[in-house]
Amino acid sequence: MRSQLVLRVIAKLLIPFMLLFALYVQFHGDFGPGGGFQAGVITAAAVIFYGLIYGLPAARRLVPDRFVESMIAGGVLLYGGVGVAGMLLGGNFLDYFVLAADPVHGQHRGILLVELGVLITVAGVMLKIFYVFAGRGRDPGGA
Amino acid sequence: MMIVVVLAMVLQRNLFGVVVLSGIYSFLMATVLVALDAVDVAMTEAAVGAGISTVLLLGAIYLTRASEAKPLRRPLLPLVVALGVGGALIHGTLGLPAFSDPAAPIHTHVAPRYIEQAVTETGVPNVVTAVLASYRGYDTFGETIVVFTAGIGVIALLRRRRKDRD
Repeated sequence: MRSQLVLRVIAKLLIPFMLLFALYVQFHGDFGPGGGFQAGVITAAAVIFYGLIYGLPAARRLVPDRFVESMIAGGVLLYGGVGVAGMLLGGNFLDYFVLAADPVHGQHRGILLVELGVLITVAGVMLKIFYVFAGRGRDPGGA
Repeated sequence: MMIVVVLAMVLQRNLFGVVVLSGIYSFLMATVLVALDAVDVAMTEAAVGAGISTVLLLGAIYLTRASEAKPLRRPLLPLVVALGVGGALIHGTLGLPAFSDPAAPIHTHVAPRYIEQAVTETGVPNVVTAVLASYRGYDTFGETIVVFTAGIGVIALLRRRRKDRD
């Protein structure tokens, strides 16, 4: 793959737009189709695309393993944390009405944060699965 | 068209072809979902089914052989099981209400409240997002944990072996 000039240039052109589209899907999910899960998959796909064109070590340098693993846990913690924050502010678990002065505004904020948690976990898991699958047999120490 | 793709997948012995065909199947499924006005699900199907899983399956092929092994015996028992389960499922669909029947239980239970109240209660115009993240927040939390568990499982199963080899 090293010498595929066309692929490398096209990838460089496309990846920023993929990430931008992921963010659009994430933050426009309230108004149009989309949400945390789809955005997470698109984010992961952008990095996987990068890994396919530029090689797995390059992708691992870009998004290190440790960061991916903390993404897996961090998303769930963010989601749960929003729920616990609702409890601390006097509501029930995952009760968004108390997150802002205006209940509707609180709902909005809660949904955004929760979807962000879903994005982080989904992107982390997809990337991790890709890393361990693609990493087996290609590592110097592997079979 | 989907039936043609499925038949081609069953008859194909080259696994690379099967993976590519399953990606095509996912895109066809996504168009069906768009036609059913389930754009959110269609997006997921296109991204996960056609995108990520194709890459992962190609990665798995890279680790194994690219052609399917000949079965040792005639798979008669699996055929009977598959036909039995399929028949039971088709029998089950006969008991469902007719397609787009307005009096079906799914349209009279909580769905009207979601559709009527979601915008005023949550301020989110996309009802799918409102139901997913707010009304059914517990379920989505559970789903996130399922994804989390899958990631943890992959790490636990695959990472240790690599360390052993190093």
